[in-house]
Amino acid sequence: MRALGSFVILLAVSAPAVYTQDWNSAGLPDNVINAPKTNAASAPKRDISGIWDSGGAGIGGPGYESPPWTEWAKEKAANYRPGNGPRAVYENDINDPLSTVCDPTGFPRQVLYETRPFQMVQTPTQVLILYMFERRWRVIWTDGRPLPKDPDPRWYGYSVGHWEDDTTFVVNTIGTDERSWLDNAGNPHSADLKVEERYHRVNHDLMEMTVTLDDPKAYTRPWTPRNKMRLTLAPPNFDMMEMICSPTEVIDFRRNINERTNNK
Amino acid sequence: MRTTRTGMIAAAFVTLVASTSVWAHHGTASFDTSKDLTLKGTVTEWIWANPHCFLKFDAMDDTGTVRNWAVEVSNPTDMTKRGWQRTSFKVGDAVTVNLQPVKNGAPIGRLRTVTLPDGSSLTAMGPAPVAAPPPQ
Repeated sequence: MRALGSFVILLAVSAPAVYTQDWNSAGLPDNVINAPKTNAASAPKRDISGIWDSGGAGIGGPGYESPPWTEWAKEKAANYRPGNGPRAVYENDINDPLSTVCDPTGFPRQVLYETRPFQMVQTPTQVLILYMFERRWRVIWTDGRPLPKDPDPRWYGYSVGHWEDDTTFVVNTIGTDERSWLDNAGNPHSADLKVEERYHRVNHDLMEMTVTLDDPKAYTRPWTPRNKMRLTLAPPNFDMMEMICSPTEVIDFRRNINERTNNK
Repeated sequence: MRTTRTGMIAAAFVTLVASTSVWAHHGTASFDTSKDLTLKGTVTEWIWANPHCFLKFDAMDDTGTVRNWAVEVSNPTDMTKRGWQRTSFKVGDAVTVNLQPVKNGAPIGRLRTVTLPDGSSLTAMGPAPVAAPPPQ
């Protein structure tokens, strides 16, 4: 009973601070994320600026059940040893380039895994997306330029965006770097991957994100790993925590935990 | 007093909701998730870092051997949501740790709950405390 009483006091003291603090916010609490937002004010026109949070739904730890792999994908991922999904290995054997050596998350993994809070900023010619996870950013060009022809691969690709209607912003991306994985399950992708992101602002406080992948070199059909994932608008004073893969910290973690879990 | 305490407990349950335990970057293949081990020990180090925070402590097992344990929790972001902090532990703190050990017998595990010197507890798995909605 005494322990439970202490727990109650802990809740009373610590929980509200998670939401209201001006600095270092970890994200919106689940009850705010999950609250119905049907009575919120209407969506502003052609405006998706603000800080958005998908809560636990965005984390995507287990990875995705993809369409069948092509022979190219099987060869590409033959040496991938993921930490999750149907091909998961023991912790010390994982070779995920993000979690073991802090390679860039890359795109589209940035929007398929650990979709923690992110800020969208609109300028006259760009939409900038600033991600809490890994403290990365992307530039979505809206100045009417076409996507590049035969681009050099980049970890975060090349993106252009347009308004399909007053509340739907569509982003097309090519030129990604096939060294990045799609997810924790070790699903691969090729540099030929085409990604479409759709950001539909349902009302003032709610947006839906849909991500479709078209990569015939790696998958037998297009697929949609994120389908209308809910994003909640955070208050304007929300200051995102750092959440960065530091090689120093990863080495320390592996030395203290992973390397001592060996089951061989 | 009894009424107050009952009210506080009721309030606590109202603010508890089911929340998926987040172990995003790896699975649990090395851990014996069926085991439930509780150890009393002394904190030797508290690492608040990505990809996972971990607590190190000296504890005597049932054979009378003192070993230095290292038990992981999730990352600072997820643990902040649960009320954990960089300053939750200091070296020398007497703690009681409930954990899932690894299968190979090494003093490594995943922390479920920890009781602090003042008697309060922090949880790392299962239902998490959540905040009240902000004032409108």
